[in-house]
Amino acid sequence: MKPAPFAYHAPRTVAEAVSVLADHGDEAKVLAGGQSLVPMLALRLARPAHLVDINGVAELAGGRLANGHLVVGATTRHAALERDAEIGTAVPLLRLAAPQIGHFQIRNRGTLGGSLAHADAAAELPAVTRALDAEISVRGPSGERTIQAAEFFKMVFTTALEPDELLTAVRFPVWGAGCGFAVEEIARRHGDFALAGAVCGVQVAAGRIERVALSMFGMGSVPERLDALEKSLTGAPVDGLDLADIGAQGVAALDPPADVHASSRYRKQVGAALIGRALSAAIESAAAEEASRA
Amino acid sequence: MPELPAVADAGTEVDVALTVNGQPRRVRVEPRKTLADSLREDLRLTGTHVGCEHGVCGACTVLMDGEAVRSCLLFAVQVRGADITTVEGLAPDGAALSPVQRAFREHHGLQCGFCTPGFVISATAFLAAHPQPTDTEIREGLSGNLCRCTGYQGIVRAVRAAAAELAATEDASGRKGPA
Repeated sequence: MKPAPFAYHAPRTVAEAVSVLADHGDEAKVLAGGQSLVPMLALRLARPAHLVDINGVAELAGGRLANGHLVVGATTRHAALERDAEIGTAVPLLRLAAPQIGHFQIRNRGTLGGSLAHADAAAELPAVTRALDAEISVRGPSGERTIQAAEFFKMVFTTALEPDELLTAVRFPVWGAGCGFAVEEIARRHGDFALAGAVCGVQVAAGRIERVALSMFGMGSVPERLDALEKSLTGAPVDGLDLADIGAQGVAALDPPADVHASSRYRKQVGAALIGRALSAAIESAAAEEASRA
Repeated sequence: MPELPAVADAGTEVDVALTVNGQPRRVRVEPRKTLADSLREDLRLTGTHVGCEHGVCGACTVLMDGEAVRSCLLFAVQVRGADITTVEGLAPDGAALSPVQRAFREHHGLQCGFCTPGFVISATAFLAAHPQPTDTEIREGLSGNLCRCTGYQGIVRAVRAAAAELAATEDASGRKGPA
């Protein structure tokens, strides 16, 4: 057997899970979909003494609409983000990002909460939470708190979660009519982690960009939000946008990592192109959405 | 669903009841034993192959409640009450191969055969969800399994042929219905 020995806990409620974490904190790891954690256990990169399996906690699964927001439970699987009509209609970025995660066998197990808590810098879903200013609900021994996506990701594989806290749900704002969305990425093979990727949401009214949200993954140690670019794009006419220039502006302040697959300079070039692609695809889908309502 | 004690201590074995290929089974496992190892060692179902053991190669793919999953990324203690199908369950009597298995044989979809159980299980789940797949969808559907012998062309052909055969069977049974 490859993993080191661990005690296995199978709580049925969030309260039970939190109480196990309160008892074991540093020594415990939460097991959700297991698609990143179990490989780390197999390679003994992680050797937690306690594993807290939250797959049996029914209240953590699925999405529901509440007060103009979509609340998605931590153990909602990528396959559900891809296929659930309510989730896909309310927050199209989840439906667009999910199919780009791993392979379908991975998406049958991997979870939203797991992806955020793992905080791989090249993962899609953390960048979606950044673009949409999602709120992340966590529960610990002293109760529940909400962490803004902007505050949640600290560095590669590191988040604002305390060892005795459980990520329970993510609250996404639902954008209104006239909106379009896109997720664009470059990976060496289908299903690999992306070298770089861009997430875009845009709201178009009377031919102008009313609101735009842009974030990137694989371009730093955490997902990057492109606030300055968003400001300069707001109010701009959608016709005649200089996508190459916009892309270059978007990556100007970023300092992406270099590895065996791509240099920092290459990531910047690819990232600039992806911003342009994501923005134009989102504008196109906003136009299609507008046309479907006309 | 049979209840597991809320805690299983490190190093101690616990009983897990599950359904494998339609049969109720029971295994006694340490928490750290993967489903792949338990299928092979405890249930002697060695058709499920163990390749990379960290979720990359897809050789250990099985169906869990009808969905394809990596059995090396699940612990046996996690599948209590679940319905598992391994490659042995696709041709239960050992004589008649499933349409996907037959297509792999006929279209040179395997050479050494190590990756084949994973491919066959993945393709079976893929075709259930995509009865009329395009070539792009087939390639995407197979992208989670690695083969080091065939160059994949024969595997793609096999899945295309299996899709056609399954569609024809469906048509034939469909015609019988309303008449």
